[in-house]
Amino acid sequence: MGPESFIEPIIVLAPLLAAVIAGLGQRFLGDKPAMALTTGVLGLSLALSLYTFVDYVWLGGEARLIELFKFIDVGGFTSTWSIRIDTMSVIMLVVVTSVSFLVHLYSWGYMADDPHRARFFAYLSFFTFAMLALVTANDFLQMFFGWEGVGVASYLLIGFWYDKRSANDAAIKAFVVNRVGDFGFALGIMACFYLYGSIRFDEVFAAAAVNPGLVLDLNIFQLPAIEAVCGLLFIGAMGKSAQFFLHVWLPDAMEGPTPVSALIHAATMVTAGVFMVCRCSPLYEMAPYASAFVTVVGAVTALFAATVGLAQNDIKRVVAYSTCSQLGYMFFAAGVGAYGAAMFHLFTHAFFKALLFLGAGSVIHGLHHEQDLRFMGGVRKPMVLTWAMMLIGTLALTGVGIPGTQIGFAGFFSKDAVIESAFAASESGRMFAEFAFWCGITAAFLTSFYSWRLMFMAFEGKFRPNPHAHHDDHAHADDHAHKDAHHDDHHAKPAAGAAPAHESPSVMTIPLIALAAGAVLAGVIFAPYFLGDHANDFWRGAIERVHDPLNPSAAAHVPAGAEAAHTAPAAEHGAAAEGSHGEGGHHVPTWVMWAPFFVTLAGFLLAIPIYFMSSTAGAAIARAFAPLNAFLQHKWYFDELYDFVFVKGARALGDFFWKTGDKKVIDGLGPDGFASVSKFTARQMRKTQTGFVYHYSFFMLIAVAAIGAYAIWAGGGMP
Amino acid sequence: MQIGLEHYLAVAAALFTIGVFGIFVNRKNIIIILMSIELVLLSVNINLVAFSSFLGNIEGQIFAMFVLTVAAAEAAVGLAILVTYFRNRGDIAVEDLNLMKG
Repeated sequence: MGPESFIEPIIVLAPLLAAVIAGLGQRFLGDKPAMALTTGVLGLSLALSLYTFVDYVWLGGEARLIELFKFIDVGGFTSTWSIRIDTMSVIMLVVVTSVSFLVHLYSWGYMADDPHRARFFAYLSFFTFAMLALVTANDFLQMFFGWEGVGVASYLLIGFWYDKRSANDAAIKAFVVNRVGDFGFALGIMACFYLYGSIRFDEVFAAAAVNPGLVLDLNIFQLPAIEAVCGLLFIGAMGKSAQFFLHVWLPDAMEGPTPVSALIHAATMVTAGVFMVCRCSPLYEMAPYASAFVTVVGAVTALFAATVGLAQNDIKRVVAYSTCSQLGYMFFAAGVGAYGAAMFHLFTHAFFKALLFLGAGSVIHGLHHEQDLRFMGGVRKPMVLTWAMMLIGTLALTGVGIPGTQIGFAGFFSKDAVIESAFAASESGRMFAEFAFWCGITAAFLTSFYSWRLMFMAFEGKFRPNPHAHHDDHAHADDHAHKDAHHDDHHAKPAAGAAPAHESPSVMTIPLIALAAGAVLAGVIFAPYFLGDHANDFWRGAIERVHDPLNPSAAAHVPAGAEAAHTAPAAEHGAAAEGSHGEGGHHVPTWVMWAPFFVTLAGFLLAIPIYFMSSTAGAAIARAFAPLNAFLQHKWYFDELYDFVFVKGARALGDFFWKTGDKKVIDGLGPDGFASVSKFTARQMRKTQTGFVYHYSFFMLIAVAAIGAYAIWAGGGMP
Repeated sequence: MQIGLEHYLAVAAALFTIGVFGIFVNRKNIIIILMSIELVLLSVNINLVAFSSFLGNIEGQIFAMFVLTVAAAEAAVGLAILVTYFRNRGDIAVEDLNLMKG
């Protein structure tokens, strides 16, 4: 093996080693060495990942497969632990290790007073390992291993403060909801093996391409094999990526420490579903109905989560719903065939959403674990650095940039590409693409509105102290109460109206700055690679781009109906503009290009009078539309509905099985029945035991007489 | 009328029946039960001796001697138990002898 063969295993396995040492050895190591070890190892992983990325993208590194050892080899079923290096995995390697490293670093500050820091860092490193195993998988089984591994890490980290009831509940909820999706995913893998005889990606794709008409015969009904596999796999993605119907765990997952929210529930784990769909893009391209399903679910999620984000008061929940919404964008991009745009949005989103979460965490930290937006305000002055970073994150999230140029934040390139690809796909007749386009436009407006609402409520105006005590039943309070006393000496007597906040330590702000750099630059630097004229060299077949609406070489597939789009002024936005003067089928009309810009601007302008100029207008509007507000604040009553249908239903079913099935039927006929029958029989038999000798002897005589009579009768009578 | 085997057997059967009924029907005295058992054994002896004589086989009479021996031993043991029982309970009425009641 050459030196390069050692690099990739180190990237993946070193975090596991660090997690094991820090986790099991925390008593011997102590907190600081464990933290230093995990952070240092992640730094190493990050450096090697960056090297791999640079080598692969610019220095002519080859796509390659490093097989570590055989995991399962039974009959025709083989699974190998391997590290697959191609465009998809190098992108994810960089995203995962960089965000993870920054979050490790940030946690030094954020978790400074926690008594279980070593455990926290061990979990973080374990999560990183599982996520890296997921993204470097070469077959579905290893992917599933990573998939479940990140699920476990997510569970452990959401419930990190295990003495808090709400955190435990949220952890269990996340785990259970994910089981629903994982069940579909597991079925999808089994269907793959059953239908195609392999679970290795390349072999499955090849087998599916050879036999596209294969049918999955379920005796009662028949399904096209590819549609069934893709649909089942996508159910797994829905669970992991918190899509509509299975999204309910993500907002509750904010019970975990904020760095966890940034790493797992914004940047990496929740994007695993998008990654999986893109990884399986050759399959999805052959499954139009499954893709349509992906499109619809993604579009509905994008819109739904954005509406809910409008009415949330918890700063982390606003960002959480924003994450949910952005994941919806990625999915409908994948659904309409624009896998490059989906991956690009995943890539940029990781930076700016992690930035927003860590910024929110910084605000929470500065305000002594106050998370309610209504009790913030005026934080900009004391926390100007955090404010600036959050501003960059917000600009990136809302996708600020000038269409037709190369000027804009990261989200501008990726989100506009997603929206435009939906439009272009609808031109070429893709199912539900137009629906997705309009959902995307609307969600962009809402995104802008709620993002600026968050910014204005948190940072502008006068500080609105919480009338209740610091830690009341408002249980999302993100940390331990016992630290507050420790913090209170930072700021004696703040001026009236100013927030009693303090800027976070530099170990927390440096990751913010690094992520902000990513949020500013990731779009402009990488747009040509993900989407533009370097795209063919960049992807090298790692994703299916034949039908990519933004792919110039896909022009042949655009039907005549899209001709109108060609004639529109070729002033498309920067991502596609740079090298798109060929026979591109991806030209979209000017109004489509400018639509996201204008709705974003509209959202911003609308938020100004409501939340910036006035401190009461927002509440007044909420009161005026009380039913709508309640509907949004209760997240469309999804939790209530699920509670009613699934929780209560399961409980009723359980009660039925317990009280009727087990108690009455099984116990009644089983142990209890035997006991009572033998008890009854014994009671009856007991009555025959009089204790009188003459009764016994009488029975003996009768018995002797009866036996004698029988013997005579059976023996054929007296001789 | 010649006294034949049947007569001996009839007497033995009568004695046996009296003995058995003495065991069941008697509710008063445990000594009567012991005596009834003696009657049952005697009826068996009569049968043994009668068949022995009838068949010209001496073994039946020898067996009868054994039965008498066992009956004597049994009577001795039974009466000894009775005496001990009376010492303990102060009564030997059959009605009260239900210690074995379940």
